[in-house]
Amino acid sequence: MMNNVYWLVAILVLASAFGLFRRWNEGRTKVDNHRVIVSAQQIGSPLGDRATLLQFSSAFCAPCRTTKVVLAKTASIIDGVNHVEIDAESHLELVRELEITRTPTTLVLDKDGRVRNRAVGVPRQDELILVLAATV
Amino acid sequence: MSNQQLDVRGPRFGAVITTIVLAIVFLAQGTAIATALLLLQTTAFAIGAFVGPHAQPYGLLFKKFVKPRISPATKFEDPQPPRFAQAVGLGFAVTALLGLAIGSATVTAVAVGFALAAAFLNGAFNFCLGCEMYLLIKKFA
Repeated sequence: MMNNVYWLVAILVLASAFGLFRRWNEGRTKVDNHRVIVSAQQIGSPLGDRATLLQFSSAFCAPCRTTKVVLAKTASIIDGVNHVEIDAESHLELVRELEITRTPTTLVLDKDGRVRNRAVGVPRQDELILVLAATV
Repeated sequence: MSNQQLDVRGPRFGAVITTIVLAIVFLAQGTAIATALLLLQTTAFAIGAFVGPHAQPYGLLFKKFVKPRISPATKFEDPQPPRFAQAVGLGFAVTALLGLAIGSATVTAVAVGFALAAAFLNGAFNFCLGCEMYLLIKKFA
């Protein structure tokens, strides 16, 4: 019985550490060094004249909806920025190439479609706007 | 199957109850109480996964006893993500029961441990299992 108590505490401590780490990291816009180029054809939608916010979503993903709102709003306030949401499940090749591990993931593409930044989780709009200002 | 939007607090409340139930199952491993609670939790997961979150027993408790006493819902969500989470929980719970059936206490303990961690993350951090696991499954399926 005493052993079970220790195990239970260990599980809760580990889960809390994981949860806190995830919360801290959630939606941070990070520089992406893969430098992959994405074409309009691959995402089935034209790239923005200055930048594109490429959102990967999936079924069973509640924060994907919030992300959609944040990105659509961001794209609407900055000229030449497109928001493109694609279903990860139906673009598995792209998902592998771009190393998307979970949804929502947002990639900031420059005008040539080159991946510049990546945010996993609901993006923080202020960070996104700063990144876009540097990209466009 | 119902597609009506859920008060987001419902599944979260359910995750807290699930965490408590699974913690008791974990602590009481090897006793009749643990087995009975595990069966109850498995049934709850199965209803949540197959019928939907609107019929999940803890969701019904929330609707009947908690909701009338708190402020009106301001945030709603689609029932599909919590339904996926219930299916993941069901997978762990069934594995735990299989462990009991084949007499492996380790299999049961590990499966209950994972289900407990997932429910705890869901309840305490609003962790989205579907966001993490669905794409992973699709990538390797």
